[in-house]
Amino acid sequence: MKHRISVKVNGAAREAEVESRLLLVHFIRENLRLTGTHIGCDTSHCGVCTVLLDGQPVKSCTVLAVQADGCSVSTVEGLEQGGKLHPVQEAFTEKHALQCGFCTPGMLMTCSALLERNRKPTEQEIREAISGNLCRCTGYLNIVKAVQHAAEKMRAS
Amino acid sequence: MIPAPFDYHCPGTLDEAVALLSRYGDQAKVLSGGMSLLPTLKLRLGSYAHLVDINRIPGLEYVKEEKGWLRIGAGTRQATLERSEIIKSKYGILVDAVPLIADPLVRNRGTIGGNLANGDPANDWPAIAIALGAELAVRGPKGERAIAANRFYKSLFVTELKADEILVEVRVPVPPAKSGGAYRKLKRKTGDFAAAAVAVQLTLNAKGAVERAGIALTNAGPTPVEAVEAQKFLSGKAPDDKNILETAKLAAKASSPSADRRGSVEYKREMARVLAGRALHAALDRAGRS
Repeated sequence: MKHRISVKVNGAAREAEVESRLLLVHFIRENLRLTGTHIGCDTSHCGVCTVLLDGQPVKSCTVLAVQADGCSVSTVEGLEQGGKLHPVQEAFTEKHALQCGFCTPGMLMTCSALLERNRKPTEQEIREAISGNLCRCTGYLNIVKAVQHAAEKMRAS
Repeated sequence: MIPAPFDYHCPGTLDEAVALLSRYGDQAKVLSGGMSLLPTLKLRLGSYAHLVDINRIPGLEYVKEEKGWLRIGAGTRQATLERSEIIKSKYGILVDAVPLIADPLVRNRGTIGGNLANGDPANDWPAIAIALGAELAVRGPKGERAIAANRFYKSLFVTELKADEILVEVRVPVPPAKSGGAYRKLKRKTGDFAAAAVAVQLTLNAKGAVERAGIALTNAGPTPVEAVEAQKFLSGKAPDDKNILETAKLAAKASSPSADRRGSVEYKREMARVLAGRALHAALDRAGRS
């Protein structure tokens, strides 16, 4: 069974014909060729496939593409605006919040969503927000610092 | 991993959804948050020829108090419950429990209805609903019926829900004055199922004795476990340390966990006892024990 879907991806309308069983992450990576969104555990544990679905961070390996019909999807490629990195991307660079970088796209999406609703998250709130995103390199310390740093930047601007 | 092929249906009303379920019977499955169903399909632990997505049916997401009942629409996301002011105001058991379900990203999609209807004894909501004395309202071709949460679960992944019925609402009696609840869960990490978890909802009478005790356990057997003997023992008694100790023992005795990587049977049962004690004390504090 095929479905015609229309999804706003990083602000641009995208249309496609998809099979019922196509997962959102495969739609993003294979149909749209936006490979910034990674596939990790593929069982909704690790969070590397996190994208924003109508502004909410979700694990795109556990959503059907057809469920995103009529919705907006934001991926890591959409964080940069007009050639300028998102404050959370700048902060991850400045605070060394990544080592291998595999979890980073998902982390960035979760953290950007957190900062949208909370411009002054406590360490506890940050750790809680990223508890569905696994990072096996950093021990999270610099990620937490980066989010705090990004929050400062966003409050200042 | 890719699920086996299926047809996807996206009805706009409950009646249409029920009609689809009636037509396809056992071949169809309701898709709510999908946080258990989609991994099941991807891992090929189960497969269905038809998925009936209820996410676009209006009127299934709400939290309200009405005529003595807390009413929660089955499509309500866990994240919505976590932020609900009504729930923060007087449902301590849910304030404890909801943030312990899976992880924040899963809670953005996962629904209360899916958590209850899936019939997985490792899910948290079934024991909570039993402790709260909740009713589950289901809609089928002949209309709506309500089933008490403690009669809903029949065996592993088997519930009272018929193939052509959809869980539409969870109804919790608004706790009277001098009530308190708590949920205590032991898990190895965020996103893990419970090694043991205990849900408690108590109401005290004017003399400070226990008027009603709801006690249930998560992941402690093939179905959610209502700790009937523990409830009976505590009812009418003063909630002193000795009685709480005995209640916790009886609660643990009701469990029949299986050994897995989360621990042995003995360990899980002992943890159920410890957590029952902690949940009982927390519930009593919230009920304002004297």
